[in-house]
Amino acid sequence: MGAGMKRTLFDKLWDSHVVERLPDGTCVLYIDRHLVHEVTSPQAFEGLRLAGRAVRRPEATIAVVDHNIPTSDRRAGISEPESRLQVETLEKNVAEFGVPYFPVLDARQGIVHIVGPEQGISLPGMTIVCGDSHTSTHGALGALAFGIGTSEVEHVLATQTLLQRPAKNMLVEVSGRLPLGVTAKDLVLAIIGRIGTAGGTGHVIEYAGEAVRALDMAGRMTVCNMSIEAGARAGLIAPDETTFAYVKGRPYAPAGDAFDQAVAYWRTLPADEGAAYDKRVHLHAAEIAPMVTWGTNPEAVVPITGAVPDPEAEADETARGQMRRMLDYMGLNAGQRMTEVPIDVVFIGSCTNGRIEDIRAAAAIARGRRVAAGVRALVVAGSGLVKQQAEAEGLDRVLTEAGFEWREPGCSMCLGMNPDKLAPGQRCASTSNRNFEGRQGPGGRTHLVSPAMAAAAAVRGRLADVREFV
Amino acid sequence: MDAFTTLTAIAAPLPLANVDTDKIIPARFLKTIKRTGLGVHLFDTLRYRADGTENPDFVLNSEPYRRAQILIAFENFGCGSSREHAPWALLDFGIRAVIAPDFADIFYNNCFKNGILPVRLPRAVCEQLMADARMGNNARVTIDLARQVVLRPNGEEIAFEVDPFRKHMLLEGLDEIGQTLQHAARIDGFERERQAAQPWLPSLHA
Ligand code: SF4
Repeated sequence: MGAGMKRTLFDKLWDSHVVERLPDGTCVLYIDRHLVHEVTSPQAFEGLRLAGRAVRRPEATIAVVDHNIPTSDRRAGISEPESRLQVETLEKNVAEFGVPYFPVLDARQGIVHIVGPEQGISLPGMTIVCGDSHTSTHGALGALAFGIGTSEVEHVLATQTLLQRPAKNMLVEVSGRLPLGVTAKDLVLAIIGRIGTAGGTGHVIEYAGEAVRALDMAGRMTVCNMSIEAGARAGLIAPDETTFAYVKGRPYAPAGDAFDQAVAYWRTLPADEGAAYDKRVHLHAAEIAPMVTWGTNPEAVVPITGAVPDPEAEADETARGQMRRMLDYMGLNAGQRMTEVPIDVVFIGSCTNGRIEDIRAAAAIARGRRVAAGVRALVVAGSGLVKQQAEAEGLDRVLTEAGFEWREPGCSMCLGMNPDKLAPGQRCASTSNRNFEGRQGPGGRTHLVSPAMAAAAAVRGRLADVREFV
Repeated sequence: MDAFTTLTAIAAPLPLANVDTDKIIPARFLKTIKRTGLGVHLFDTLRYRADGTENPDFVLNSEPYRRAQILIAFENFGCGSSREHAPWALLDFGIRAVIAPDFADIFYNNCFKNGILPVRLPRAVCEQLMADARMGNNARVTIDLARQVVLRPNGEEIAFEVDPFRKHMLLEGLDEIGQTLQHAARIDGFERERQAAQPWLPSLHA
């Protein structure tokens, strides 16, 4: 990147972290923050041990447990032996290598992508990685944050760098304001529906425009979180006053003069006027309705007012076959109205929608209503601190009085790795991010929705248009 | 990591797009603390029926594809979760190369770290290779990484692109961390400069 060239937010984040550019264009990229969890790290620590290597910067690394842990009372420990072994392995590794760690009974424990921003561990201008694809969440702060594999986890632990080639720039601009009842989740589902699950492959997506500026940090994180579902490794939103106000006062954020210095730097990060993007997409916020997925990948999405599409109307043979398979797996018929689809389970939580704002949105719908007969509805805060905050606001009572379960923080039913799972054939309205076959348990059927939509579905006993509730 | 030079092997047809890493290896098998042993769970939901027996319709359950070392698939292979368990499961089964029109970024990266070569070829070529792969014992495809060509069973050569750095690492079976540590002095220098320019950058030590 030559001097004087107009640069995007991504270009600036990238350039400021290049340690060395190798002759073929591969860069040694410096990593400011490394978040570690129990599932994708054991083999990395083992690799270090075998090679006799140390963790280069434990003070830039933080470990949590989230994927495996049960969301019931955890004081008695984890009963499932393999999950317990993974958690114990992490505890042994962080002790051996001196890595800061929030254990399961610490109030700061939670889903890694909730904890990072909440603690001020993730900050604007940083490079942030984690052995988890939804690391894109942290991009909402204006940081370059992306998921890596376990070999790369080991690489970062040993060197505090990664070997990377720059991504391409993509701009998704959303003009206007989201209508009432339409949330950040609906926005990102609409974006994925538009560009497809591979639409962002090889790119970093920057979200901009009036509708994005108007989102609070929770909403921005929801949008960036699902960048990976659009094929992009990272999502970005330029830092602004909303960002600075969010960061200020967080436990690990700079304070006093240091905070002012940091803000002065962060203000230089937004894209230069006229910076070039490799790809641009534009959406009108006013045209977006509450969204719901009908298939087994996140681009298979329609407005809640819509119907299950007909595979026979699809021209491409592979796509047609795939749609048929999706309808078969999901147990849906072409032409069926989405609001006629009955559900068995509701899951509100995950790194996409497990923040306090999400729980408030769900509680607002649940207040004074009842979960429909035969429906199991779970609410799982994204961290211990989110849970405490919700309890301080009385939201747990609102939810439990309405018949929702109020559980301990963790990934829970977002993926079938801990005791919270769908049974084969069960249908779930879920605020998580992936509706892949078997994602929430073998044979389970997932409909991705916003927290308010999930609460509305719990009350109706079928997928429902939240706008009828507000 | 094993080097990858030339491979001549049975290619298995998997004519699906958007094969996600949950499909390659479902989350419930990620509780291991090892890299090996995941091959039996590769494509678990496609490969086994609910009662645990093999699904005879799934390609890797039939001869000669039980011995396949190359997989032919369609668009966006390896999308979804970043789990490196996906390439570990492929490798443990015996797969050393995947050919598809395109791959999800993280999966593509993860392959190179494990001695698996992901080859991007246009959709039309993948369709030809898919047809080749259906030829059972004759579905023998050669991949020559040094020359960057795929040889179809009929002898036709198809050129493919691969990043020179990754190619070099794979051909030599090199340890990437060892390579990066050759730049340790530069990393030290970078850290010092950054700390001086941005003294507000906080440490996570309590
Ligand atoms: S909540 Fe779901 S998507 Fe997020 S980190 Fe946990 S398992 Fe992954």
